[in-house]
Amino acid sequence: MPEKPRTLVEKIWDSHFVASDPGAPVILAIDLHLVHEVTSPQAFTGLRARGLKVRKPGQTVATADHSIPTLDPSIPIADELARKQLAQIEENCREFGIPFHGKGSPTRGIVHVIGPELGLTQPGMTIVCGDSHTATHGAFGALAFGIGTSEIEMVLATQTLLQRKPKTFQVRIDGRLQPGVGAKDIILALIAQIGIGGGTGHVIEYTGDAIRALSMEERMTVCNMSIEGGARAGLIAPDETTFAYLKGRRFAPQGAEWDEAVARWRKLPSDEGATYDRTIVLDGDKLEPMVTYGTNPGMGVSVTGRIPVLADVEPGARDDLERALAYMGLAPGSPIAGQKLDVVFIGSCTNGRIEDMRAAASVLRGRHVASGLRVLVVPGSQQVKKQAESEGLHEVFKAAGAEWRESGCSMCIAMNGDQLEPGEYGISTSNRNFQGRQGKGGRTFLASPLTAAASAVTGVVTDPRTLAAAQPSAVEVH
Amino acid sequence: MPEPFVKTTSRVISIPRANIDTDQICPARFLKITDKENLADALFFDWRFTPDGKRREPVSFIDEPHNAGRQILLVGDNFGAGSSREHAPWALRAWGIRAIVSTGFADIFKGNALKNALLPIVVSAERYAALLVVVAANPDGEWSVDLDAQKVTLPGGDSFAFEIDPFSRTMILAGTDEIGYVLSRLPAIEAWEAAHPARIDTRQGAAR
Repeated sequence: MPEKPRTLVEKIWDSHFVASDPGAPVILAIDLHLVHEVTSPQAFTGLRARGLKVRKPGQTVATADHSIPTLDPSIPIADELARKQLAQIEENCREFGIPFHGKGSPTRGIVHVIGPELGLTQPGMTIVCGDSHTATHGAFGALAFGIGTSEIEMVLATQTLLQRKPKTFQVRIDGRLQPGVGAKDIILALIAQIGIGGGTGHVIEYTGDAIRALSMEERMTVCNMSIEGGARAGLIAPDETTFAYLKGRRFAPQGAEWDEAVARWRKLPSDEGATYDRTIVLDGDKLEPMVTYGTNPGMGVSVTGRIPVLADVEPGARDDLERALAYMGLAPGSPIAGQKLDVVFIGSCTNGRIEDMRAAASVLRGRHVASGLRVLVVPGSQQVKKQAESEGLHEVFKAAGAEWRESGCSMCIAMNGDQLEPGEYGISTSNRNFQGRQGKGGRTFLASPLTAAASAVTGVVTDPRTLAAAQPSAVEVH
Repeated sequence: MPEPFVKTTSRVISIPRANIDTDQICPARFLKITDKENLADALFFDWRFTPDGKRREPVSFIDEPHNAGRQILLVGDNFGAGSSREHAPWALRAWGIRAIVSTGFADIFKGNALKNALLPIVVSAERYAALLVVVAANPDGEWSVDLDAQKVTLPGGDSFAFEIDPFSRTMILAGTDEIGYVLSRLPAIEAWEAAHPARIDTRQGAAR
C-alpha cells in the first residue's frame, strides 16, 4: 500500500517526533539552536537555578547582533546596559561550552545571516532561535521558527520543544518577476493581501515558478518575513539551487557524507498529491515594487499606488488605518512615490546579505544621495562586509555619501544607538514598521534594497524602475 | 517556578484596537536587561510617554488611577503580533495582568503568555462585540475568569466558556512548568538521539 503523500513540513515533523503523551504536545527534537544576547540571558539564569547543563552545546551556536554597535569596534560601547548584556552572552557561552561568534570574530553577524553562510542551516532540520525572524532558515527546506525565552531554556536543557502540529499553508507564486521587482516585493505583496494575522496557526510553504527562480538569498528574504504574515515558519523545498549554495561551506557535509546528505535532501520536497490546509496563488508577472505606508507590514501598496483612503478598507480596519496614517503623518489618497525622507537604512536579516549590498550598490554607483539625507548601509555579517569590501562596494557607498558600518541588526530594531529621531521618515529594507520600531516616534517605509537605494538618490520614495530608465545599466535585474 | 493560578476576579481594561504588536507592549530598548526586573514600567511605554519622556496628556489608560490593579484586558484581534520577545508577557504580568480576552492572538505571543500563566482567552467576533458593549455599559463591573472551570463570568452573572490548551491549563493550575515534564521523558529523548546522530557539530573548528 502506498504511503499517504506528505508535505515537506509533515516529513520534517515526523522525522523529529520524539514522543507524545495523551493530551500533551509532541516532544519535537531540535537540530540547531541559534542564540543571541537579547533573549537568552534569563534562560541561562533559569538553567543555573535548576542546576542544569546545556544538553547539546554542539548543536547550539551564539552570536551578538541586536544590541551591538555598528560603529568602529575599537570605540568602547557607550550604553552600559548593552555592554553588560554583551558581556553576559560571552560569559554564558564560556560557562556552558557554547561556540560564540562574538565581537572581533570574522564570523560574527546577524544570527539569521551567519547560520546559512556557515553552512549550519541545512535542509530537513528543525532550527529555533529566540527571534521571530528565524523562519529565514526555512529557505533551505528547514522547519525554523522563533521561540520565547522559556522555550530557549527548554531547548538548552533538553534539545527539544513541546509543540502542537501546525497547519500548512501553500503560497504559490506563479510566473516570472518583472525587472526591478524582487523577493522583498513578493513577501510585502503577500502580506498586504493576507494581512499580518493571515498566516496565524500555519506554516507557509512557498511554491511556484517565481519562487524556484529565486537565489538562496532571495528565498531567505521571502521566508524571513513569514512572521509578518502571522506564520511562525515559512519554508521552501530544497533543490539544486539549495545544494549549490551549501556545497563547500564550513559546516556543510563533505565528501561521501555530502552525497548521502543530498540523496536524503532530495526526498524532502512535498509529495505529489500532498494536501495543504490552505492555498493561495499570486501572479508573479503582475507584482510591482512594494512600499508600506502604515504601521504594520500588511499596510503596503505598489510603489505606483496611492495611500488608501478610509473607504478603501473594510469597516473593521478603518480605525487601524486612521491611527496609522495619523502616526505616519501621511495624507490618505496621496501617491506613495514622492513622500519625503530623512533616513535610508539598508541592512537587516531581511536584506543584509551580499546580493542586497550589490543591488543597492548597482543603484548608487556613480550617483550621490540626496542632500540632507542620512544613509546607513549595514552588512548582515562580518563575512558579508568582507565580501562587499573585496568587491569595492563600500567605496561605492561612501562615494555616494552613505555610511558603511560594521554588521548587526542596527536600525531594524534600534537597540544599538542606530535609530530614527522622533518624527523622522526612513525608508528601510528591514521587516517592521511598527510605531517606534526604528526609534521613538520614527516613521518607517518598508521596501526592497533597489527601492531604498533609488529613494536615497532622490530623497523621496522612488520607483527604482524610473531610475533604471534614466540609466538602464544601473539596476541589476534577474 | 510560577505560583499555581486558578481564578481571578477583577475589573477590565478595554483597548479596542487590532494588531497591537509586541513593540507597543514592550518597546525594544527595554530589552537590554539581563533579568526580568522593572518591566511593569516598560508596559505600553510609548503610548504613555512622548518621545522626550513627558507623560502624555491626557494620560494613557495604563496611567489612569482607576485602572490600577485591573487584571483583565479586552483587546482587538491579533494581539501580540511581531517579535518573539517574552518581555511582552513578562511586562503584562509585572503590571498585574492575568488574562487577555481577544478574537485572536499571534502564535508566539500566545505560547509565551501560557508559559507565564497569563491566559489568552479567544472569543468569537460576535462575543467580542458583545463584550465591548458590556464594558461600555459597566466600565467598573467585575469579571471573573476561572481557569479550572474554563469559564468567564460577567457582571450580572452571564457567563461563557472558553477553550485553552489542555496541557498548558494543567501546568498553570498546578504552578509547574514544562521543563520538569520533558525531563521526565528523558529516556525517550535519549532513544531518539541514539537513532538520529547529530548532523552538525557547531564546535568543529570553533571560532573561540
